[in-house]
Amino acid sequence: TLEACCSRAWTSCFNSTSIMAVEFEGGVVIGADSRTTTGAYIANRVTDKLTPIHERIFCCRSGSAADTQAIADAVTYQLGFHSIELDEAPLVQTAASLFREMCYRYREELMAGIIVAGWDPRRGGQVYTVPVGGMMTRQPVSVGGSGSSYIYGYVDSNYRAGMSKEECLKFTAEALTLAMERDGSSGGVVRLAVVSEQGVERQVILGNQLPKFSTV
Amino acid sequence: MATVSVRQYHRGGFSFENCKRNALLEADINKLGFSSPAARKTGTTICGVVYKDGVVLGADTRATEGMVVADKNCSKIHYISPNVYCCGAGTAADTEMTTQIISSNLELHSLSTGRLPRVATANRMLKQMLFRYQGYIGAALVLGGVDSTGPQLYSIYPHGSTDKLPYVTMGSGSLAAMAVFEDRYKPNMEEEEAKRLVRDAIAAGIFNDLGSGSNIDLCVITKGKVDYLRPHDVANKKGVRTGNYRYKHGTTGVLTKAVTPLNLEVVEESVQTMDTS
Repeated sequence: TLEACCSRAWTSCFNSTSIMAVEFEGGVVIGADSRTTTGAYIANRVTDKLTPIHERIFCCRSGSAADTQAIADAVTYQLGFHSIELDEAPLVQTAASLFREMCYRYREELMAGIIVAGWDPRRGGQVYTVPVGGMMTRQPVSVGGSGSSYIYGYVDSNYRAGMSKEECLKFTAEALTLAMERDGSSGGVVRLAVVSEQGVERQVILGNQLPKFSTV
Repeated sequence: MATVSVRQYHRGGFSFENCKRNALLEADINKLGFSSPAARKTGTTICGVVYKDGVVLGADTRATEGMVVADKNCSKIHYISPNVYCCGAGTAADTEMTTQIISSNLELHSLSTGRLPRVATANRMLKQMLFRYQGYIGAALVLGGVDSTGPQLYSIYPHGSTDKLPYVTMGSGSLAAMAVFEDRYKPNMEEEEAKRLVRDAIAAGIFNDLGSGSNIDLCVITKGKVDYLRPHDVANKKGVRTGNYRYKHGTTGVLTKAVTPLNLEVVEESVQTMDTS
């Protein structure tokens, strides 16, 4: 078999991850953990999985580190070119479509779960999820990565439409903390970003500053 | 987009043509009772650290072929450009050729832009090439250098993912080296402190990992200056034999002696001159 001829002795890098994005009036709040693993070793404990694609469009990366970095670089190039041609800020939906095109076309070769989130003048804050397989759908709140399994219940019960920016930040930080607590492949620090008409505000919540829940 | 790079194959994907041939050869060799040659790997401990004025890269010097040391003093810190160097772990041939290809392309790029190359450019070129080969090029690299943007350090994995960090380790001895870094790394260290830290991290790999050994090479890169210290520390000096195993002539007694002359006659003699100019 082909695998036997070209055997690989090393494991690839994974952002196994917990990632999340929430829409609010005027923008989006995105968040991610900071762990990248090769097998059982943490290759990078301070990874930045919130990657800027354009001035007011970000993507949250989960899955294979190599695949998501390569896809994000390609989409950044394509969107930048498109924006220059258009002479206008690109739409978040355009960015999400570019991700979807690539993730669907090469679905057999790729392992990438991406959440595209940002702000554009036409439709305001938007969150689009492009999971493995290459589907694309818009959601008011979206979670992804291996750690997301543990927080679907928390997110479904605690999300309310019409939350303010601060409430969204608190909601995201708490959800990601809970995911990092239970998922071995997620951990490190919580990286948050708010993308709105005013621009991008980034923050980091270090391990000892994470919200505390009961330790039963 | 126009590029001035040489040796860039833009045909999609990895060529699997030789895999069938290799599989047949391997099957044949195994039938005859021999084992196919193992690729030479650099078991390796490599690491890098960003300090106040630049970066310090470090590497051990052992190259292994299976369980045998193939080279006791190989050089794992490769030249990329005057201000950028790259340590390589994994398959020795892959790290050597990959760094040479990118070094060549980067020199052409630098001549085209008229500027000193940037570390981020080398990083992009390396990650895009490694991703194209989907991990089949076994090169795990620590790329470091100083450019107009400042000192930078990247770790690059065989599948094409990269991380930009203040301190990185790669190779089989990376866990031992990372333990040293996590204990003693501080931002904005002085040069001597940074060199000591890298030296100790590589030493941890050398003495605790079987795949790493021999000496410690260092490369200190600052703005406008590169100190390539090979070796920086000979951590494993070859011992001096205490006994002498040379025996004098006549130690072995001769019991009988028989001389048989061989009658060899010259049959044909011809002289062919070779133009060696």
